[in-house]
Amino acid sequence: MTDIAIVDYGMGNLRSVSKALEHVAPTASIIVTSNPAEVQKAARVVFPGQGAMPNCMKEMDARGLRGAVLEAAANKPFLGICIGLQMLFEVSEEGNVKGLGILPGKVIQFTTMEDTSGQKLKVPHMGWNQVYQSAEHPMWKGIAKDTRFYFVHSYYVETADPEPVAGYSFYPFQFTCAVARDNIFAVQFHPEKSDIAGLTLLKNFVLWEPLIRR
Amino acid sequence: MGLAKRIIPCLDVTNGRVVKGVNFITLQDAGDPVEISRRYDEQGADELTFLDITASSDNRGLILHIIEKVAAQVFIPLTVGGGVRHVDDVRRLLNAGADKVSINTSAVQNRQLVADAAGRYGAQCIVVAIDAKQVHGTGTKSAKWEVFTHGGRKATSLDAVEWAKEIQLLGAGEILLTSMNRDGTRNGFDLALIRTVSDAVDIPVIASGGVGNLDHLVEGILQGHADAVLAASIFHYGEYTVRQAKEYMAQHGIEVRM
Repeated sequence: MTDIAIVDYGMGNLRSVSKALEHVAPTASIIVTSNPAEVQKAARVVFPGQGAMPNCMKEMDARGLRGAVLEAAANKPFLGICIGLQMLFEVSEEGNVKGLGILPGKVIQFTTMEDTSGQKLKVPHMGWNQVYQSAEHPMWKGIAKDTRFYFVHSYYVETADPEPVAGYSFYPFQFTCAVARDNIFAVQFHPEKSDIAGLTLLKNFVLWEPLIRR
Repeated sequence: MGLAKRIIPCLDVTNGRVVKGVNFITLQDAGDPVEISRRYDEQGADELTFLDITASSDNRGLILHIIEKVAAQVFIPLTVGGGVRHVDDVRRLLNAGADKVSINTSAVQNRQLVADAAGRYGAQCIVVAIDAKQVHGTGTKSAKWEVFTHGGRKATSLDAVEWAKEIQLLGAGEILLTSMNRDGTRNGFDLALIRTVSDAVDIPVIASGGVGNLDHLVEGILQGHADAVLAASIFHYGEYTVRQAKEYMAQHGIEVRM
């Protein structure tokens, strides 16, 4: 049985994600796959995403992966990264595309704003920002409370209720950058590119044993 | 607290080695790229940029092996540029482990390449590098800068500020902006250039060219309005560590990742 399947729907490069997982779990069997059956067989699923969400949704469906992703999000340790977080929600402003609707809320575009000193805040929000942990969670184990992670995104999620929010950042206003519900944990930042903090989070995912609602 | 300003060490790579040009004439060997990458990562570099300056196409594949090795050991964003001509070059670099690909000459020659690459792989991984030379006036008001390609050998008649705006429209996610007047001089960034371009676009701008001391890095952020600063020689020869640079920037009120 595969330990970890990284869902590949042809959007962007998943090598960084697999390399980082191999680094923290050298003995695990890790595959990058676009085959729904392989996703179903895996004990844990990583759901990444890059580029534009409408394309991500389209390519995921073109490969027939929707069912396998929904199933994984319902019954096994599931880690969403970047667009993989955004796709869990109901709808995105990016092309007005519908998401998977697993979590209530929408995906909204950053507009360029100024910080308190009057300097323009660029979009994409790119670089290392502090992540505040709004809930205790096994995925945050060993990660200090305001640790910086690497972000690159132009859209962010706005949850319909505060319950799934596990972490937030500021740019310049507060936005949700991590959500958790049951066996799902999803982050806007890139743990695979976030140095020691990111590797710690990935290691936590490999060891995470959430309660599964059946 | 919010987004940190980034410090990006730059590694010029040729034939599998990191080199540093002295006024573009003599190349001095500065070491093994994998070893140097690990050192900068340990010092707290926010990203790494590799510029493949290999002249002959025979040895171009070497950079892929280097990126593969670095990406297996260093888990921060890696940007690779030099000789990127086709979407297929972008694909090969990303597959080797690059997170962003920097396009310079080919972006000017073929704007569609930027649009195609960004459309296919996302704006976040497409950086357009601009080599700009001041051609007119002084200061931020009257100065003009022209874009040069082919490693600074060929004038394009493009205005650097207008080109930067066009790059953003084409879908690039970031601009790497080098002043040819300052590159290699160690006299500091062309702050008027950096600031004019950075204020004219909404995407992040990395300042490059001319860093000789830590004050220059501070100026690039505070006066140049850069989102990130790139430097090579001050780090390669051990004058300063990345950590020292960050501590110095933090002392001057700049938010950095420590």
